[in-house]
Amino acid sequence: MRVGLVVVSHSAALSEGVVEVVGQMAPDVRVNAAGGLPGGETGTDFEATSAALAASDTGSGVVLLYDLGSARMTAELAVEALADPNTAVVAEAPLVEGAVAAAVAAQGGQGLEAVVEAAERATGAEEPESGEAVSAEGLSPEDYRAECELTLANEVGLHARPAALLARTLTGVEAAVTVSCGQNSADARSVLGVMGLGARKGDRISLRATGPEAELALRRITELVERNFDE
Amino acid sequence: MVCTRQHVIAAMRGAVRAVSECRDELVELDRAIGDGDHGENMERGFLAVDTQLRLASPETPAAVLKTTATSLISSVGGAAGPLFGTAFLRAATAAGERETLDGAAVAALLRAALDGVTARGRAERGDKTMVDALAAAVEAAERAADEGAGPTGVLRSAATAADSGARETIPLVARKGRASYLGERGAGHLDPGARSVALLLHAFAETGGEQ
Repeated sequence: MRVGLVVVSHSAALSEGVVEVVGQMAPDVRVNAAGGLPGGETGTDFEATSAALAASDTGSGVVLLYDLGSARMTAELAVEALADPNTAVVAEAPLVEGAVAAAVAAQGGQGLEAVVEAAERATGAEEPESGEAVSAEGLSPEDYRAECELTLANEVGLHARPAALLARTLTGVEAAVTVSCGQNSADARSVLGVMGLGARKGDRISLRATGPEAELALRRITELVERNFDE
Repeated sequence: MVCTRQHVIAAMRGAVRAVSECRDELVELDRAIGDGDHGENMERGFLAVDTQLRLASPETPAAVLKTTATSLISSVGGAAGPLFGTAFLRAATAAGERETLDGAAVAALLRAALDGVTARGRAERGDKTMVDALAAAVEAAERAADEGAGPTGVLRSAATAADSGARETIPLVARKGRASYLGERGAGHLDPGARSVALLLHAFAETGGEQ
């Protein structure tokens, strides 16, 4: 079973909105909202958080995302109240970015620790903003074992769902893949980084991969693009 | 010179009355640097404590504290619910299976509560939070216990020190919680959370020790 998620927010509408976005990208992940107080006021509710935690528990663990300080406290208390507090983790991550990254990792079958890590890496700030930033990580052009260029023919380009599919198709593939569009580059596994490229229908994207399965990585992405992301 | 289950229940009932009496004062304090709901939230929380203590009839000091904690967590909301809830929860854990609490045990409970609040809220002394009152209270409680004070003596020392700790928050600029959004403008106001800690400790000292 997949790791589940709980979105703890001061607002019911906010938590449900995050669940909606996440559901599009990770349809098989159990995500539940715990937002607002029972009377509809803003605030976080311990009982609702505990209930969402139970509902998201598949036996593989649960990751909780929160919006503001006291939501973190409520989330932590709900975890401490579990029969086994080691089965759930409150992630220190931005709410939307973290939830999306965690959901994609969970959808890909990753374990509790890896899903938490995915959420906590999703700070947005660490995304490389240009090709230079990627090179700065120690990859020179000679290191790329495989590269190719593709034209996006799907309607929405590298929007949320296609970006999530892109990240998912690389699950378990041993390769680091960089996607570039114009001057901008992003890690292909970073849903937000890929969305940030702003690649639209008709745009050319270039892919560079390193690692033992670099060829496989590019083949999978090429197939996905050629299938128009199953739109 | 020990504190029994009945004393702890009496102390919690004393807190219920004290919070209701000080509701408006807490509202005013919170209106100045927060969102003005602290008095209302605390009153609702302690009314829930009152109800649950009647329903649950807890059998040990720890059980009374745990009932208090869960009632607060479920009904206070905001940051105060989890923070005060954690304080009582950790105190309950520290009380363990004990049937009675002496002065040293009461000081140990307060220390456990402080550690819980500090960890939960990630606040330090000087951040202009309830920690400022509680940390001062714990130090005074431990000193009193070392000098051989019983539960009431320990709680009285703690309450007096909490008053000073709370007053010391007045000139501070908040570094945690909603008041921190105000920056310099928050200086000059007493922190409502610190005030709540002091008033709870006074209520415990008046009602909870050996009578």
